[in-house]
Amino acid sequence: MKLGVLFSGGKDSVYATYQAMQKEEVSCLIALVSENSESYMFHTPNIHLTSLQAEAMGIPILEYITKGVEEEELEDLKKAITLAVEQYGIEGIVTGAVLSVYQATRIQKICDALSLWCYNPLWHIDQDWYMQTLIDEGFVVIVSGVFSAPFDETWLGRRIDNEALRLLRIYAAKYGITLTGEGGELETLVTDAPFFTKKLVILRSESVYANYNGRFSIQHAEVRDKLSF
Amino acid sequence: MKGCGYQYEICHFTEWEHLKKDTIDAVILCGTPLKDNLFSEMKDCFTWIPEQSIPVLGICAGMQAVILAYGGSIEANPEIGMTSVRCRVSDDPIFCEDAWIAYELHRFATVPGNEFTVIAESDTCIQAVRHQANPVYGVMFHPEVRNTWVVERFLTTFVSHET
Repeated sequence: MKLGVLFSGGKDSVYATYQAMQKEEVSCLIALVSENSESYMFHTPNIHLTSLQAEAMGIPILEYITKGVEEEELEDLKKAITLAVEQYGIEGIVTGAVLSVYQATRIQKICDALSLWCYNPLWHIDQDWYMQTLIDEGFVVIVSGVFSAPFDETWLGRRIDNEALRLLRIYAAKYGITLTGEGGELETLVTDAPFFTKKLVILRSESVYANYNGRFSIQHAEVRDKLSF
Repeated sequence: MKGCGYQYEICHFTEWEHLKKDTIDAVILCGTPLKDNLFSEMKDCFTWIPEQSIPVLGICAGMQAVILAYGGSIEANPEIGMTSVRCRVSDDPIFCEDAWIAYELHRFATVPGNEFTVIAESDTCIQAVRHQANPVYGVMFHPEVRNTWVVERFLTTFVSHET
């Protein structure tokens, strides 16, 4: 079955892509580029990098601009998915939804209206197992935004490795954050993964941080062969 | 189930005949994607439900399969999203709450036969049933979202706890 993945560039949509590729054909990625940094539906930090990630993965990408106004952006999502059906002949949508009923409900409704299959391979996944698997399988996941206590500035641009996961487990127990950042506590960007044919190299970035809110903005990045530095 | 410390095996519903029945204490029939309703044309795959005394919890499409297996029917009645569910009984070991909010994702609702007691309902359709003689339950909502107590209580009620 030809599938389109709703793609933000964060760990969940990248891992959902990887899962979908194990069993079906991923014909395209679909990225909603929101002009509103507070979007309800769509992951926003560094969304402009999705085309570079798609190039590194060797999968076509359909980018669609949305103003990011609540509920109106759902119409934009429907239009983007409709375009993907026309251009790539997809029969189903894959999402990286883990716990968000808000996201899942709205995407299920759009798929139902368009008569498309809807797959959520990470739905209610064991969060600890998932985070450890990302590390063990070699996904290069970087923190691209923090939006809650106790994350300090050092988390911006930090790779999620075993030491970072050790701290996240402590924070989850002590502060009640979700291990995956599903509650919006942090957002991520994937620069390399086992199924990428090339990788992203970050050449220039800037961190802006105040009061447990921060963004790691990537100003210049390139797609390079995996063997290069 | 893993979190509750139970051992389990995941099988496709067409594989029932090949399973070692003496190792099975209970069966949970899970749902399908919204577009996948092929199971409803394969009633022969579920005839084992009324023929055995094994506890069964059917979830969403699983509930539809349970009702079909006992000769009931299903009808188009789609629901997607959160909804309010009201309990109609006061004597059930699993459904002890008066009301709860549940996640719905189904295209069909059930029309159960008289051998089922309706335990809970929403404004749209029947949300939970229990067979009057056998330990067989069906829920239309998805308990994995915010209502994991349904599965936990089904297991503690009908399965001896072994790890």
